[in-house]
Amino acid sequence: MLSDFDFSVIADSLPFLWSGLQFTLKLTLTAMLGGIFLGTLLALARLSSVAPLATAATWYINIMRSIPLVMVILWFFLVIPLLTGAPMGAENSALVTFTLFEAAFYAEIMRAGIQSVTRGQVAAGYAIGFSYSQNMRFVILPQAFRNMLPVLLTQTIVLFQDTSLVYAIGAKDLLKASEIAGKNYNRPVEMVVFVALVYFVICFALSYTVKRLSRRR
Amino acid sequence: MIELNNVSKWYGQSQVLDACSTRVAKGEVIVVCGPSGSGKSTLIKCVNGLEVFQQGEITVNGISVGAAQTDLPKLRAQVGMVFQHFELFPHMSITENLTIGQIRVLGRSKEAALAKALGLLDRVGLKEHASKHPGQLSGGQQQRVAIARALCMDPVCMLFDEPTSALDPEMITEVLDVMVELAKEGMTMMCVTHEMGFARKVANRVIFMDQGRIVEDAPKDEFFGTPRSERAQQFLSKILSH
Repeated sequence: MLSDFDFSVIADSLPFLWSGLQFTLKLTLTAMLGGIFLGTLLALARLSSVAPLATAATWYINIMRSIPLVMVILWFFLVIPLLTGAPMGAENSALVTFTLFEAAFYAEIMRAGIQSVTRGQVAAGYAIGFSYSQNMRFVILPQAFRNMLPVLLTQTIVLFQDTSLVYAIGAKDLLKASEIAGKNYNRPVEMVVFVALVYFVICFALSYTVKRLSRRR
Repeated sequence: MIELNNVSKWYGQSQVLDACSTRVAKGEVIVVCGPSGSGKSTLIKCVNGLEVFQQGEITVNGISVGAAQTDLPKLRAQVGMVFQHFELFPHMSITENLTIGQIRVLGRSKEAALAKALGLLDRVGLKEHASKHPGQLSGGQQQRVAIARALCMDPVCMLFDEPTSALDPEMITEVLDVMVELAKEGMTMMCVTHEMGFARKVANRVIFMDQGRIVEDAPKDEFFGTPRSERAQQFLSKILSH
């Protein structure tokens, strides 16, 4: 049965698949950087002593974490054009949705990271005369990032896999590209097998990196 | 220099400081001792506003610590503090530990900050470790760096919160030597410590605390010679018996 496979179609469609992978990587990177940035702000808000700020951040995080990602992708894609009157396009919609969604998850990681910095360190920062924001910037957040680096990367691996859900709104990522190529050559199975392999290799390499990072500490 | 007037503090229902009053004049060295849980660390942390207190008043160099309009970061920059567990910033080199406050808080240039840092490192005998990270130093070395870090800010007074309690015995001396030298140079110091040898050598007064109260506040000779309170007598006989 394996002999029925025709893997030559993969070589032919590599440029096309590459364009899909590029979007997948762009989406992963954007959502990671944007998500960590927004997530850090959300974590600071959640830990803030200003009650309305903390409540708002807690609600945002809990709501995002309670809805399946695919629903958020669909909802954002369908509702935003109704509100603004102009469609964003599947790719842009995906970039925004993923950033906002991942921010909630990164926020909880960053919150744990901030709380992992000892009270003594916080006190030492204040004792040399740092303001709250200076203490965050120079003392607390650098240590929080360092403590949480393996967890942040693990979340990014999950994010990388989840990008395939943009399939639902037809954004052309690696999975979608493989589907199109599979239809063109009438070889869907080969494409799916190949693409699964690509996802696997990338995730495996990333997990290996995380493992090495955790061991070095 | 430092004045405490009827300072009281509660954690919820339990009172941890009970009407504490004392004065530290410029150039004075005060040792604060007492059994664990007596509130001595809490008291010293109130002086630079790391702990809030509900009643009373503390002034440092004429500035009220508890007042709402006080610029606490600015006040803390003038008050050096040394912690039990050193609390050097582990993600920075020794030099960065010593310069970041000078640059970011005092607005000194990098060159000036570095010169100051290296000068003070030399003074505590650790100049050759400037580029290392805190984790590469021994506890005693880290604590000396921590003292240098506080001195970099040109503080008007220094607070020590059990600076030698987390150290191995052979490292205590190297830290105390730095502190003795500092005291002899006329630095105003408030030290929470059980090092009675240090107290005998350089302290002007000894404060003894128990259950959140200042039980005894006496010149050192009087404190060691004839402690008035029974609680202080018991304490002294316990820690001096070996």
